[in-house]
Amino acid sequence: MDFDFNDEQRMLKDSVNQLIADRYTFEQRKSYMKDASGFSRDVWNQFAEMGLLGLPFDEKFGGVGYTDGGAVETMIVMEAFGRGLTLEPYLATVVLGGGLIHRGGNDAQREALLPKIADGSLMLAFAHEEAQSRYNLADVATTAKRDADGWLLTGEKNFVVHGNCADKIIVSARIAGDRASRDGIGLFLVDAKAPGVARKSYETQDGQRAAQIRLSGVKVSSNDAIGDPDKALPLIEKVTDTVLAAVAAEAVGAMSAAHEVTLDYLRTRKQFGVAIGSFQVLQHRAVDVLVSLEQARSMAYYATMMANDPDPAERSKAISAATVQIRRSGKFVGQQVVQLHGGIGMTLDYKIGHYFKRLTAMESLLGDTDYHLAALARAGGLIEASA
Amino acid sequence: MDLRFTADEIQFRDEVRGFFRTALPASIRRKMELGQRLSKDDIVTWQRILNAKGWAVPSWPVEWGGTDWGPVKTYIFKEEMQQAPAPDPLSFNVSMVGPVLIAFGSEAQKKHFLPKLANLDIWFCQGFSEPGAGSDLASLRTAAKREGDHYIVNGQKIWTSRAHNADWMFCLVRTSSEGKPQQGISYLLIDVKTPGLTIRPIHTIDGEHHFNEVFFDNVRVPAENIVGEENKGWTYAKYLLGHERVGIARIGAAKHRIQRAKALAADVMIGDTPLSETTRFREKVASIEVELKALEITQMRVVANSVRLPKGAADPTSSILKLKGTELQQATTEILMEVAGANAMIREPDHLWGTATEPSIGPEWTTTTAADYFYMRAASIYGGSNEIQKNVIAKRILEL
Ligand SMILES: Cc1cc2nc3c(=O)[nH]c(=O)nc-3n(C[C@H](O)[C@H](O)[C@H](O)COP(=O)(O)OP(=O)(O)OC[C@H]3O[C@@H](n4cnc5c(N)ncnc54)[C@H](O)[C@@H]3O)c2cc1C
Repeated sequence: MDFDFNDEQRMLKDSVNQLIADRYTFEQRKSYMKDASGFSRDVWNQFAEMGLLGLPFDEKFGGVGYTDGGAVETMIVMEAFGRGLTLEPYLATVVLGGGLIHRGGNDAQREALLPKIADGSLMLAFAHEEAQSRYNLADVATTAKRDADGWLLTGEKNFVVHGNCADKIIVSARIAGDRASRDGIGLFLVDAKAPGVARKSYETQDGQRAAQIRLSGVKVSSNDAIGDPDKALPLIEKVTDTVLAAVAAEAVGAMSAAHEVTLDYLRTRKQFGVAIGSFQVLQHRAVDVLVSLEQARSMAYYATMMANDPDPAERSKAISAATVQIRRSGKFVGQQVVQLHGGIGMTLDYKIGHYFKRLTAMESLLGDTDYHLAALARAGGLIEASA
Repeated sequence: MDLRFTADEIQFRDEVRGFFRTALPASIRRKMELGQRLSKDDIVTWQRILNAKGWAVPSWPVEWGGTDWGPVKTYIFKEEMQQAPAPDPLSFNVSMVGPVLIAFGSEAQKKHFLPKLANLDIWFCQGFSEPGAGSDLASLRTAAKREGDHYIVNGQKIWTSRAHNADWMFCLVRTSSEGKPQQGISYLLIDVKTPGLTIRPIHTIDGEHHFNEVFFDNVRVPAENIVGEENKGWTYAKYLLGHERVGIARIGAAKHRIQRAKALAADVMIGDTPLSETTRFREKVASIEVELKALEITQMRVVANSVRLPKGAADPTSSILKLKGTELQQATTEILMEVAGANAMIREPDHLWGTATEPSIGPEWTTTTAADYFYMRAASIYGGSNEIQKNVIAKRILEL
């Protein structure tokens, strides 16, 4: 057993934390938010220079070539991003989009796309969820119909994280089967500017960006199908599990930064002539937050460790278990850090409320708490019955 | 013992319910149902409709436009109003400064202000909190110095809700630094248009403009605008704490959210099953309903008991109403968040304000869910945080 990072990982952690400290103060973040795209291109380019954008990819595709798809390294980076509440489309482009291409694409697609992701010149988004799907990854109503030399996509996608700025969009669509059947789902690479693609960009409650995307008979060439267009669901599940592991780390970063800010406040804010941190009830609350945060951190490690487990059933159970803990901790920590700040915790111009909002947004990302709890319970839980 | 309403009370409830059904303007009802933000106009319009009916200030004495309903009917009225759902009359006017003026104001102040407060011709805001004086309100430093027949006010207030809508502020100011901090505080009425008074917005985490900071730079306030005696302001402010406990738990509003959550969950499909029919959702909602029912009966116990208490005396049980009430308000916003799911995260402020010209991206009702959830976090902070409420209960009721 070893919970320590190796030297290289420690260096990565230091340099990403340094980057966030330098480039992601609260004031800087506010200015990035004002950009039309909702993030900083500059910071994005810096991610590229540091090798963060190719982190999970093989060396021959412009990546770093870490073992295990860079799961630990991704965790390190995402935790730092959680601390900084970064706005860049890292999750959408690198972990999600890049993950789908890296794990599901053919060599031609990987050679064409991954190096561009790594050098910062290509942004991706994954258009999968639909209004009716309610977290069920198999629920896809968008259709792909055979066309002379490829496919025609029709349907509407929502909650496309960073769909606003993506150059290319990976769209899931059904080529066969009932609306929620596991077979018959394909993945297609669509140019965001292709005829028939209409996107409505919007801001999310936590200051990030997303889009609703309508596809009206969008033509896709056969070469742009990713993997077997009949059996993409296992790939989608595999990659969303790595995304959930990454989000777990991001949540831990947000929680621990929020906790630190709050401890500082408890030490410095005075009421009744003393620091409010001297009130026992607030001390206990701060401890409750710590307990909740550390439970979450442990489960983020677990998710990282299991994200690439070869057994899909074990992997999914572990990821759902971690997600339940992360969501519960995120909600508790988010609410409490606001409460402990009093009035200033409610103000838009102060950092703490933004952690709360980001943690809230994560609660419904790729399945809410109840969804993952039900999935875990259906799969028999983590401990086997034994009399 | 009988927990049911009498025939007379039921008749009253039906009358009130009927009135809300017909008198509440459709546009305001729609905003309330969707949880959209009300404009100043909406609030003024509604309060004037209530006032015309003689129902804007039911707890005030009849001579000042109130009613002789007594606690049970007043309670019924408030619950029905929240469930209608209709906006509350402006609490700063009706439940805060009004009762203080009635109890401690001069005849001239009562004559001048009370009718205008009831009709919302004058909108008051509450200037209590300061940057350094929140939970420890008595440490407030905004100073009022007497100069001839004026007070000269200097200092700063913060978190002043709707000061940007207000005409006047009731304000706690320091008039003496002698004795205990509580002893040097006065209760002053200030016209917010007085030169030297500046209001600056502070936006809340839901992105809205609810509250403000207010700066006083040599603001001249006529001495006649002091309420009661100099240095007695703390007593007047405290008077409110034991007052107006009826409806403070806002059970009607929580019930309304539960009603909505159940109805809306019927349209959210989890595979082939509506969310409203899943065991997990039902049990979660049911357990909130249990707590709400308990609090409702607690509220009614307090109401029934208040008939017997000497005037002005507070029922110790009443102090749990705000505590538990805010917890349940918050729990009901969380249930709606779950029903809305990822839709709640789409930010469309024009839908929140009811000014949208295009359809919303998700279902219309989900456009207000997150703002409601975010803002409701404040319910356990303002008006004495829940931690402070517990301190007070431990000290005063449990005598620990
Ligand atoms: C949305 C909103 C609207 C408001 N509107 C108004 C208004 O219109 N007018 C007005 O005057 N004020 C208003 N307030 C201010 C409100 O009354 C104060 O925020 C509240 O009194 C808490 O004070 P504070 O913000 O300074 O927090 P602090 O007093 O600094 O409290 C910070 C934290 O410490 C805790 N704490 C403090 N003392 C103790 C203790 N002794 N024991 C245990 N815990 C303690 C608190 O519970 C809180 O969790 C509003 C606040 C909000 C959020």
